[in-house]
Amino acid sequence: MSLLRIRNLSVDFATASGKFRAVDGVDQDVNTGEILAIVGESGSGKSVSMLAMMGLLPWTATVTADEMSFDGHDLLTIGKRERRRVVGKDLAMIFQEPMSSLNPCFTVGWQIKETLRVHLGLSRKACHARAVELFEQVGIPDPERRLSAFPHQMSGGMNQRVMIAMAIACKPKLLIADEPTTALDVTIQAQILDLLTSLRDDNGMGLVLITHDMGVVAETAERVSVQYAGQKIEEQPVLPLFQSPHHPYTAALLDALPERATEKHLPTIPGMVPGQFDRPAGCLFSPRCKFANSKCKAEQPAPQGPELGHARCFYPLNTDERIAS
Amino acid sequence: MLNYVLSRLLTFVPTFFGVTLISFAFIRVLPGDPIIVMAGERGVSQERYDQLAAQFGFDRPMYVQFWDYFTGVLQGDLGNSFVTKKPVWDEFFTLFPATLELSLCAMVLAIVLGLPAGVIAAVNRGKFFDRALMSTALVGYSMPIFWWALLLIIVFSGNLGWTPVSGRIDLLYYFPDPTGFMLIDSLASGQKGAFWSAIRHLILPTIVLGTIPLAVIARQTRSAMLEVLGEDYVRTARAKGMSPARINSIHALRNALIPVITVIGLSVGTLLAGAILTETIFSWPGIGKWMVDSIFRRDYPVVQGGLLLIAVMVMIVNLTVDMLYGLINPKIRKR
Ligand SMILES: Nc1ncnc2c1ncn2[C@@H]1O[C@H](COP(=O)(O)OP(=O)(O)O)[C@@H](O)[C@H]1O
Ligand code: SF4
Ligand SMILES: [Mg+2]
Repeated sequence: MSLLRIRNLSVDFATASGKFRAVDGVDQDVNTGEILAIVGESGSGKSVSMLAMMGLLPWTATVTADEMSFDGHDLLTIGKRERRRVVGKDLAMIFQEPMSSLNPCFTVGWQIKETLRVHLGLSRKACHARAVELFEQVGIPDPERRLSAFPHQMSGGMNQRVMIAMAIACKPKLLIADEPTTALDVTIQAQILDLLTSLRDDNGMGLVLITHDMGVVAETAERVSVQYAGQKIEEQPVLPLFQSPHHPYTAALLDALPERATEKHLPTIPGMVPGQFDRPAGCLFSPRCKFANSKCKAEQPAPQGPELGHARCFYPLNTDERIAS
Repeated sequence: MLNYVLSRLLTFVPTFFGVTLISFAFIRVLPGDPIIVMAGERGVSQERYDQLAAQFGFDRPMYVQFWDYFTGVLQGDLGNSFVTKKPVWDEFFTLFPATLELSLCAMVLAIVLGLPAGVIAAVNRGKFFDRALMSTALVGYSMPIFWWALLLIIVFSGNLGWTPVSGRIDLLYYFPDPTGFMLIDSLASGQKGAFWSAIRHLILPTIVLGTIPLAVIARQTRSAMLEVLGEDYVRTARAKGMSPARINSIHALRNALIPVITVIGLSVGTLLAGAILTETIFSWPGIGKWMVDSIFRRDYPVVQGGLLLIAVMVMIVNLTVDMLYGLINPKIRKR
């Protein structure tokens, strides 16, 4: 049985102008030691789906699912107190903005030791020793001194390392990394991704990597789930996904990769992810899809079978017939 | 930090000069003549009047009078009261502890009730407690002090007879006052019931004076908390599995305190203004009552010197608050 199992997850936000479905019937599985990438443009509901699973959404959100379980805990019925024993310990998450995700009023040492003290009940001395060890593990130089620094005294990359150290403090079974490198410089990005992969190798934890960048996916992931406008529209292991994407949206994302560009200008996907007011009636991608026809605009496609990467499309690409012909 | 304090002290110089000038001018633009007031019912002959005017220096041009006063101030000499003939400086520091005691009690009341109230309101945003508290705060904020004091006196002193109406302690107690703080001195005197009497005298003035700061602090805490609760680091704390109590009272409150402390510092000025009224209503022998009495007597040295000292106190408090702000906000401290 998989470590994380989600079936038919939907999230609705109550907004001033009515209900808005940010996540729409998403299935997800993550196994121990596996790296799953969730990819899609901004506004696809990637963050919201994982925040829903963590129980971190504001009260305006209504979360429904047929099943949502992690490591033997039923996250749909779990009590608040019990959830707090799991979240932050076995199930950890890091965020896009390391600077604003750390509390400016406390030293980073205080912030990491808090996790150790509350979840593991370590003594002062043991907390300190473990904090130093964790800082070393995530590659923070001069850990003793850094422990007494405030977040604003360090770079974004260093702060993200602190966030990672904090997240892995209790040796979690699953780490959710929500765009961990988006706010960082390119060189730092690669370092952080290497760090996350090597931590997965050392600790054997599952890793969910949320990103909008297919380049990051190519470097890091093993399995890829593509999300669009709240729906999961395709899922494949990374190699076949890059070789033969089945959903036109996935194909368009791949075409937008700089190294794949054949023309001088980078092909981009025209238009934007539909929001609350411009949700199309049929296939959610139809306004931007170059293969769209009248059927696409009228009916919602159901997911295809696993051999076609569960693609939510009436006319999946790279089917065997097309390859053959 | 030292540089910071020094630069702040430097900005005091023009403020100090301005306050000296304004306090000097304030009492003189009020209609009324101190010599006539002093003479009272009996009146004064023109001869005697001119003699007194010369003695007080009123016959010289205004700018000379001011320069005299200002150079005196620089040497620490605020002059003597027209009425008691005692140095203004001495009178001020005899009476100041009474005002300080009352103001501190009012501030403690405002903070001890206002902070938790603001936090609870923010956490329960839009619910009954929040609405009830914020309407109460609005009422408290806009209630005239005078009216509020009378209401409390009628109910608690008049109808219920629980609290005394005036003074700092029952007249039957007498003991030395080394600190000037009635709570401390009464306790130190060892006299039975003295401390309790001092407390009962403090209750109503404290409530009256503390009401506005209480309302301000509660509202400011609430809005600061609401802002902070939406920050990323609060989400991080929840992702760490911390309890709501811990998140609200440690992670969020610590950040929300930064604007709240500023407001507390700013309300010290309002507090002293309120103290003047409160002391007058409750016959509290502090500098507020002293100032009001002196204005009626046109006691120029007391009014101008008292105003100046009060202004200096406010400046000192503001500087202290600034440094406290640096302590609580690491971003400023390390700069
Ligand atoms: N608290 C919220 N209230 C209302 N709408 C929200 C809220 N949080 C996110 N959304 C909306 O949900 C959609 C998905 O957001 P998100 O999951 O953050 O996208 P991304 O894939 O970029 O992570 C967006 O359209 C966003 O505007
Ligand atoms: S269903 Fe039609 S519009 Fe939607 S992705 Fe497939 S081809 Fe494009
Ligand atoms: Mg996101």
